[in-house]
Amino acid sequence: MGILELENVTLLLDGKTILNGISLDVWEGHIHAIVGPNGAGKTTLAAVIMGLKGYEQYGGIIRFAGQDLRGMSVSARAQTGITMGWQEPARFEGLTVEKFIEASGRDGQDPATVLGQVGLSPDMYLHRAVDRTLSGGERKKVELASILAMRPKLVLLDEPDSGIDVASLDNIFGALKYLKENGATVLLITHSEAVLRQAEHAFLMCHGKEIMKGDVEKLLPYFKGECIPCDHKNHPKPGVEVPKA
Amino acid sequence: MSDQKSLIQEAGIESVLQDPETAHLVLDVNKVLQRNLVPGLKVETSEETDGVRALIRVEAGAIIRKPVHLCFGVSKPEALQRIILQIEIGGGAVMDVLAHCIFPQAVDIQHIMEADITIGDGGRYSYLESHIHSDEGGLEVLPKTHVTLGERSRFKTEFQLVRGRVGRIAIDYEAVCEKDSVLEMISKISGRQDDQIQIRETGILRGEGARGYLTSRVAARDNARADVYNKLVATAAGARGHVDCQEIIKDRGVVSAVPVVEVRHPQAHITHEAAIGSVDHKQLETLMSRGLDEDGASDLIISGLLA
Repeated sequence: MGILELENVTLLLDGKTILNGISLDVWEGHIHAIVGPNGAGKTTLAAVIMGLKGYEQYGGIIRFAGQDLRGMSVSARAQTGITMGWQEPARFEGLTVEKFIEASGRDGQDPATVLGQVGLSPDMYLHRAVDRTLSGGERKKVELASILAMRPKLVLLDEPDSGIDVASLDNIFGALKYLKENGATVLLITHSEAVLRQAEHAFLMCHGKEIMKGDVEKLLPYFKGECIPCDHKNHPKPGVEVPKA
Repeated sequence: MSDQKSLIQEAGIESVLQDPETAHLVLDVNKVLQRNLVPGLKVETSEETDGVRALIRVEAGAIIRKPVHLCFGVSKPEALQRIILQIEIGGGAVMDVLAHCIFPQAVDIQHIMEADITIGDGGRYSYLESHIHSDEGGLEVLPKTHVTLGERSRFKTEFQLVRGRVGRIAIDYEAVCEKDSVLEMISKISGRQDDQIQIRETGILRGEGARGYLTSRVAARDNARADVYNKLVATAAGARGHVDCQEIIKDRGVVSAVPVVEVRHPQAHITHEAAIGSVDHKQLETLMSRGLDEDGASDLIISGLLA
């Protein structure tokens, strides 16, 4: 049994099926990845798990640590230990990196320490604002630092390498390792083979469905061959054997 | 506690005022309670029936090294206070002022400020005005200022409410900018309950290469109302400017913002941006996903905007 369990989760938006009967077991303390082409429903699935506005009316069941999440606000889900990192993190005019991280922190986590863990110098960044003066990659790292400060149990990370230069990828991967070592479960949403390789287990989504799951090595050939790029309009390719989910 | 001590303690400037190298002037309603001057700075005051008239002059070329503290307060609950200021910054002179406007007991206070500021060529003057009000909102603050910026001079003013409720505030500032001068006006105010905020700031860039920046950050919560009217006029070649209004509403708050840009020279250029709305949803959800409740997340976002 996983720490996060999804049973036949469906979501319709404007009459269109976005998620079509997703069932997953996400094992505690492991790094998992959800991969798939654009439009497969990966980010939507993260939004449903986090309970974001507009994604609350799903079918099926989502349980975290045995607790049904239906009807719980984003804050309430976060208080159980779930958090999320966005593909494009929000900007906060005037709010300093230090205050942003402090607001996320648990147990007096030191903002300077977590900033250092994601490769940002506290001297240079603590008193800067989380606004447009930071690059997308810098905001991504600040957001990840705030997640480390929170000491979450489950982290949903949407495209954690988005906007991150190659030289900084190790900082992101180091943070993933730190989360795992501290008992957190990580669910990565990614297109990137490099990010996927950080995971121990993966789920492959296509057209709102989970079509494959298992070890990363098991999914990689199909993912690399059929999803990057996807030349069959986000449907499992006819004639290509898809291992059973 | 004496009136003097109470105002100074509220402002948190007890230790600063002990420094003989820091100039200061402390007023309670119409009484001059305390003052200290430094070389290059001259202050003449006269106590009137309902306020104080002051002439503050910085000699040409004088550099006032440490910020000058002005404390314009009212220690009692009810009063009319009228401050009439004439400020003259000589050519090449430099002065930074930290103004503490302290009304901690306000129940029915009207604070009127009328300032006429002249900055000589190459002079620099900044004025950071921090207000501490009571939580009752029984206060009407009416600052009206006219500034003349000489060539190559700089003027910066920033208004912020540090604590308490606004009550009613009507800011009315106008500045006329000569060649290569730089004007910056910033207002950051958060209103709640039935507070009323009016901001009217005008910059006239009439000298070649003059630059002007008008910035407002206003939050209106509960039944608060804010009306912002920021105007930049450019009439000379190379004049540049920007008007930036970012306002947040919550609950039944109402904000109107009118950024006006008027360009009368083909080689001048002024831009503007204005955004009014509720707290950004992505910002809210980011903070809520760290465990803050919606109100806590909103407060943090607004405090950042007004920081």
